[in-house]
Amino acid sequence: MNLGLVTPVFIIGILSASIRLGTPILLAALGEVFTERSGILNLGLEGIMLMGALMGFLGTYWTGGNREAGLLLALVTGIIFGLLMGFMSITAKVNQVVAGLGITILGTGLSTLLYRLSFGLRSQPPTIQIFPDLPIPLLSRIPVIGTILFNHSAMVYAALILVPVAWVVLYRTRFGLAVRAVGENPDAVDTRGISVSGMRYAAVVIGGALAGVGGAYLSIGSLGVFWTQMTAGSGFIAVAVVVFSRWDPVRSLLGALVFGFAGSLQISLQTLSVPLPSELLLMLPYVITIVVLVGVSHRAEFPAAYAVPYRRGGE
Amino acid sequence: MAAEITRSRLSSAKRIWDQLFPALISIAIAFLVGGLLLLANGRDPLAAYASLWDGAFGSFGRFTETLVKTTPFLILAIAVSASFRCQVWNIGAEGQFMLGAITSTWVALTFSSLPLVLLFPLTFLAAIAGGALWSGIAGVLKAYLNANEVITTSMLNYIALYLTAYLVNGPMKDPQGFNFPQSPMIQASLQLPLLFPGTRLNVAFLVALGLVVVAAVFWRSSLGFRTEIVGASRRVARYAGLNVNRTIVFVSVLTGGLAGIAGWGEIFGIQYRLIQNIATGWGSLAIVIALLGELHPLGMVVSAFLFASLVVGGDAMQRNAGVPFALVDVIQGIVILLVLSRSYFFKRSSA
Repeated sequence: MNLGLVTPVFIIGILSASIRLGTPILLAALGEVFTERSGILNLGLEGIMLMGALMGFLGTYWTGGNREAGLLLALVTGIIFGLLMGFMSITAKVNQVVAGLGITILGTGLSTLLYRLSFGLRSQPPTIQIFPDLPIPLLSRIPVIGTILFNHSAMVYAALILVPVAWVVLYRTRFGLAVRAVGENPDAVDTRGISVSGMRYAAVVIGGALAGVGGAYLSIGSLGVFWTQMTAGSGFIAVAVVVFSRWDPVRSLLGALVFGFAGSLQISLQTLSVPLPSELLLMLPYVITIVVLVGVSHRAEFPAAYAVPYRRGGE
Repeated sequence: MAAEITRSRLSSAKRIWDQLFPALISIAIAFLVGGLLLLANGRDPLAAYASLWDGAFGSFGRFTETLVKTTPFLILAIAVSASFRCQVWNIGAEGQFMLGAITSTWVALTFSSLPLVLLFPLTFLAAIAGGALWSGIAGVLKAYLNANEVITTSMLNYIALYLTAYLVNGPMKDPQGFNFPQSPMIQASLQLPLLFPGTRLNVAFLVALGLVVVAAVFWRSSLGFRTEIVGASRRVARYAGLNVNRTIVFVSVLTGGLAGIAGWGEIFGIQYRLIQNIATGWGSLAIVIALLGELHPLGMVVSAFLFASLVVGGDAMQRNAGVPFALVDVIQGIVILLVLSRSYFFKRSSA
């Protein structure tokens, strides 16, 4: 173990990487906050993120490096998969847990198939240029904080800005009020003449769109390539973050940063050649997810109509 | 959903047809959509499917390979169905399979000097214990701390994956293995006897069929009935004086133990040593097989065989027709979504 490498620069690097690694989880979690607040548990996030990662990559690749086009394609893909989850859970009233699993299985398979059909098996995977870092003038010059917070790509800033935006929409708009109400007391909303299904579709589509974008961050915001199952459980971790956050956008940011930190720490410990096998370090984020989930779940107050399909008059 | 999923006592030919029809349509649609995807990408779907069929059934040898794959799929589906019937959404069969593989291989290698009559059953029990422990963690966390089992079991899958990688690169690595990430081979006397010489079909297949019978008997027993009541309604179960939390832990342990047996069968019947990635994707396959089979032991025999032929044929299709194996995964995904929403699409036909 080489502790001589642990310099201030090294620690700043870990914290800066925590934000980057937390970004895809944050994006998916922010959307899932809306989805779950409306009473729907979308466990299809993992599959939707994979589809977003793939379509973001393909869109960028096909347009000769237009990342915005890739991002848009990922967003649309996320919306389509959100609608599919909405159809399963709201219209067909299928058990949401299994419906979400089905979406994850479909997204995993479809992303792999489309990638293979597009590129075949190559020794050198196709690559794209990722969103470049945009250091914010002046702010990025602030010692320590500037490097940690203001030296990222546009997607990272956008995700961070979405946190207060989501908070305002959820707590300070009629739309947000309606979303929270259908998750707590759908009957009351229905008698007010607001469509329970409509609100839930809107919420699950927001969740799908952000999961698609979160997945796209992996391919066009961070790695520049696509590989099978590159999300590696991020979708499920995002659901855990939402429970951890008690369905709040601001606390979701905190949760996403915890997981970003776990991932970043794991990578850093490997470069320090700590006397622990890399396989055990790779387990870290998953172990932390379980520990955190257990820590918060037994006293978390889930939305009252959580995962319950709405039937008028409780028929 | 509870009533729907647990209602699976087949009584009349009409009932059987009503359950079979949506399943058949779902599979047909899945193949159709898969074919269109190929067509859109300039591939020949008919050639692909012909190659798939030939790969699964083209000769006696290939047919036995399909049965070889049916074995773990069927056991894993029975494992998953135990939890699903109780509305516990355990998606960790893959990790539990690996734990069973790890513990049974470890026992076989560590206690190799024991007499066979002792060692052989010991490896079997070790597999059950390994899988049951892994799944039991999620069960206890769900029952007593309200931790969502989908998340915990999915995380445990990743942890099991890295645990296996650690073991075959570290403590359990074969010193004479030319640096391959694998354990030493288990002794020949522990390897499961073949059913037909020259094939890989072995006694584990009979174990799988035996477990179908055990499962059928179990769900008709009073213990099985009480478990299903907990699945149908937690409230009713509590009212009837059943211990809901203990039942959740019980089905979790049951699922894990069975998945462990599948891992045991794969190691002692096929691989003969611990290696990585022997069950990649089998956890979600088991879920699709269980749901397509309506969580019914016989239904799962049929759907396990169907998906085994898809997987074996899919390998051949990738080799011979150059069509990606992932087509099989897409068919899986479409089938599960259609099967789930069948009561919406087939309201009239099953009324």
